[in-house]
Amino acid sequence: MTILSFTDVGLVLLVLVIGASTIFAREAFDAVIAFVVYGLLLAIVWVRLSAIDVALTEAAIGGGMTGTLLLGAAARLRSAEPDSARIGLAVRLAAAFFCALVAAGLAGALLLPPSVIPTLAPTVMENLVHTGLGNPVAGVLFAYRALDTMLEKVVLLLALLGVWSLAPNSAWNGIPGLRVYERPNSTLTFLAQLLPPLGIVVGFYMCWVGANAPGGAFQGGTILAAMWLLVIIARLEKAPSIGQPWLRIGLVLGPVVFLAVGLAGLVLANAFLAYPPGYAKPLIVAIEVALTISIAVALAMLAAGPPEQVQQ
Amino acid sequence: MDLALDLFTVAALSAGALFFLAGTVGLIRFPDPLTRLHALTKVDNLGLGLVVVGLLPHANGLVGALKLVSIWLLVQLSGAIVTQLIAGAIRERGHRE
Repeated sequence: MTILSFTDVGLVLLVLVIGASTIFAREAFDAVIAFVVYGLLLAIVWVRLSAIDVALTEAAIGGGMTGTLLLGAAARLRSAEPDSARIGLAVRLAAAFFCALVAAGLAGALLLPPSVIPTLAPTVMENLVHTGLGNPVAGVLFAYRALDTMLEKVVLLLALLGVWSLAPNSAWNGIPGLRVYERPNSTLTFLAQLLPPLGIVVGFYMCWVGANAPGGAFQGGTILAAMWLLVIIARLEKAPSIGQPWLRIGLVLGPVVFLAVGLAGLVLANAFLAYPPGYAKPLIVAIEVALTISIAVALAMLAAGPPEQVQQ
Repeated sequence: MDLALDLFTVAALSAGALFFLAGTVGLIRFPDPLTRLHALTKVDNLGLGLVVVGLLPHANGLVGALKLVSIWLLVQLSGAIVTQLIAGAIRERGHRE
């Protein structure tokens, strides 16, 4: 065994232990912290599997963004009335049973693979040159599986609608009730002034470089969302009310551009979501930029939570 | 020359790993939150700094080296500020109790 395989075994053990501590943690807060660590460890696992694109997404979404959402949920649960009705044993057993069933199914698929593993990877690499992209992951996402990618972004909007519908009637179109840091002129203010210029550059760079190297709209958009949230939490800028026209336009910009290019493909390239030859790369980059903006706005608004105050 | 650079890398990475180990031991063994934070900051500053310095000779050109150094600077910045914020929260809670 080489040193690297020792590292891999150690990494797998760590992932398992942190996964178990996520499940067995007594407090929701502890479970969320363990979950964030779990996401970061998984990102390292993806790096070891040479899937840098997935690693970036896992670190940004799995660790960072989901962690933020879950922390918000845990804080809300803590301030809410304690639930007097304990969850019954039967429900717990049923949950354990179905989770074990899913885990067994996954383990079976991994441990008993078919003798010839079906793969389209060689075909993708052969035809990637027609898209003008250098990153096969971006090629799959925007050329061969464009419909999935587009619907994924629509799902994000549906999730945001779900959060917004938690608002009481009177607060509709109001300002999200994101909790801000109360002390003015703290070190957080300093960080919120220093980091966003850098973060915005890195976010757009991630989006731009995604065509040829690991990166892309989701990773870049998450960084932009994080920068915006930092500015809001440090009270340098107020959270916008959800009725703002620019906010709504930012949210739908990505899916609308994607859909427009897809429909134009019907006329110009004889298929929905097909790109006319020679124009694939510029079109894909345009879609990616629009998607980055939409993802940034959607993720930031998801983290900001349902509107609570009416706009003055 | 190559051998000297490799030896330098090994020495710097080992020293960095030592700081990571010491910081982790401090995080587990120190008695209260403020001293634990103190142990953590040494890992950010010196541990990661030594690892970055050790990797510089093997960086992918000047841009690669700059990326490594900027990672260290960013971790320094966020580490120092988050430590301040946590310490502030601890002090505030201490006053209330």
